[in-house]
Amino acid sequence: MIRASHLLLPLLLLVPAGSGLAAELEGARPVNYTAIAMFALFVFATLGITWWAARRTRTTKDFYAAGGSITGLQNGLAISGDFMSAASFLGISGLVFASGFDGLIYSIGFLVGWPIILFLLAERLRNLGKYTFADAVSYRLQALPIRSLAACGTLAVVLLYLIAQMVGAGQLIQVLFGLPYPVAVILVGLLMILYVTFGGMIATTWVQLIKAVLLLSGATFMAFMVLLHYGFSPEALFADAVRVHDSGRDIMAPGGLVSDPISAISLGLALMFGTAGLPHILMRFFTVGDAREARRSVFFATGFIGYFYILTFIIGFGAIVLVGTNPEFRDAAGDLLGGNNMAAVHLGEAVGGDIFLGFISAVAFATILAVVSGLTLSGASALSHDLYASVFRHGRVSERDEVRVSRIATIILGILAIGLGIVFQEQNVAYMVGLAFAIAASVNFPILFLSMYWRRLSTRGAAVGGFIGLATAVLCMLLGPTIWVDILGNDEAIFPYKHPALFSMSAAFISIALFSLLDRSRRAQDEQQAFDWQYVRSQTGIGAEGASKH
Amino acid sequence: MQDLYRAIHNHPEFKRLEAERARLGWSLTGVVLAIYFSFILVIAFAPELFAQPIHAGSVISWGIPLGILVILISFLLTGYYVYRANTRFDPAREALIRDIRASNPDFREPS
Repeated sequence: MIRASHLLLPLLLLVPAGSGLAAELEGARPVNYTAIAMFALFVFATLGITWWAARRTRTTKDFYAAGGSITGLQNGLAISGDFMSAASFLGISGLVFASGFDGLIYSIGFLVGWPIILFLLAERLRNLGKYTFADAVSYRLQALPIRSLAACGTLAVVLLYLIAQMVGAGQLIQVLFGLPYPVAVILVGLLMILYVTFGGMIATTWVQLIKAVLLLSGATFMAFMVLLHYGFSPEALFADAVRVHDSGRDIMAPGGLVSDPISAISLGLALMFGTAGLPHILMRFFTVGDAREARRSVFFATGFIGYFYILTFIIGFGAIVLVGTNPEFRDAAGDLLGGNNMAAVHLGEAVGGDIFLGFISAVAFATILAVVSGLTLSGASALSHDLYASVFRHGRVSERDEVRVSRIATIILGILAIGLGIVFQEQNVAYMVGLAFAIAASVNFPILFLSMYWRRLSTRGAAVGGFIGLATAVLCMLLGPTIWVDILGNDEAIFPYKHPALFSMSAAFISIALFSLLDRSRRAQDEQQAFDWQYVRSQTGIGAEGASKH
Repeated sequence: MQDLYRAIHNHPEFKRLEAERARLGWSLTGVVLAIYFSFILVIAFAPELFAQPIHAGSVISWGIPLGILVILISFLLTGYYVYRANTRFDPAREALIRDIRASNPDFREPS
């Protein structure tokens, strides 16, 4: 960590000097030193926490699962911290800013996954698993194919989710410091690697926790100021928004975002079931002592996240009237500085001046950094715990080795995220996260859900069906409008819908069911027998990892 | 440990308790799914329903309060589930397992 601060200090000191130059070169606004000072203060404070936590990371369990010592309320805050990512804060408020009501479709979809997780998965997951959700699935299925599949699914989700966060962070740093976008993305990537390699799960949990509190307070303040401006009359706020927005009354109704029924249903499925397949969220259920605390975490998380989404809706509409009408926030072409993802950040300046701008940027940045760290960590644990330790070394690996491999994996993921973050610069971050959800809903969710609820599920069914789900989702995305047309520049998309979940989820469930039913092997019969023991353990917690010890 | 698992698994009271719990979990899941997919299906097939103003002369459309209601209901249902699990299922199950263990003293404690 001493080495880390040596690396970081000159990096941050260089930023204001270099950014002034960049601002002059690009004709952007002058550098805002008050905002930058607040920003730097906060980033150093979170690094301090990481350093503190790093001294406490001693075992593998500490690194992945924060030693199982987190309470339900703390974990609920940390989960909502993970969830209130760049996509939620910047992306949804940006969507509301651009198209009004449509932003609410994403908010609701992101939220309704939580009750489902609580009613069907959370407690069983806690009782069956150790570090990753693959532990739970391989309780009765063969570890090798399941862990390989889970690792691939996890990496695909993590990468897409990472891209969204990198884009959000890159644009934020670009706006705040006037740095060129690629430089901003590289800076974020480096910080992220430092966070995870030194702190592990305890650090990200604490950063998530603190950040969740700050983000909730900051967003509350912004929503309060917006409502205050209109004498706490939503009617007046919405009337003004309709008056000034280019789309007029259309912003109060479902519109262009989900243009056809197939896309609407597909997006709905991805958002609802994707949450239950997000590896970095599922990982959070192992940081608490037992199933009871896991349950409480979901309750608190749902409350915080729901409240936050109502705030982002107000913030988005506030941005329409307070940011959208102010030419200061527009560039020469009339577009929002830094893109629509920056609506909430500009609103921060509009309602709270430079100091609040610095605060809210720092919080947004820490949000992204923490989410990215959580994501990287779960990607890294997929590589080190699921693939390296369990598949390649068959569990014969020292803790020291496993932590070392996961640190290397972190660095590789960080570099990948930087590259892809630059490629996907123009995309709305909430939409990008929607794609990550689609993969999670088509790979991780089906095998996790069926392993707990369907006796007949066999290793062969889960592995083959899971890979078919993953392949369908990835293929639909590659050939769909976003990548095939927007990124690769082709004229027409081969797969016409922006959201693949309806097709990839069906493919996954049907093929898993088919290959399981056709599996008449001896092993499949043993696996069905083990279902009963798994059931008892998942319901009672007897024999569960770390349960009752805390 | 498998002996203990088997004893619990075959215990009629355990079966009854878990069936009750599964009913609660699945019916609440059903409620959330029904609410959410009605919301999505309206957006997919009849978006103009959500565009209706909540009263004549208002700019606020029905979609907004209904959307916020979906968020509130989701939260209340998680609260209800946690309450039921804490007050009904956890104590009943723990008592049952204590009984099973007491009547079979030779079961090894799980490591």
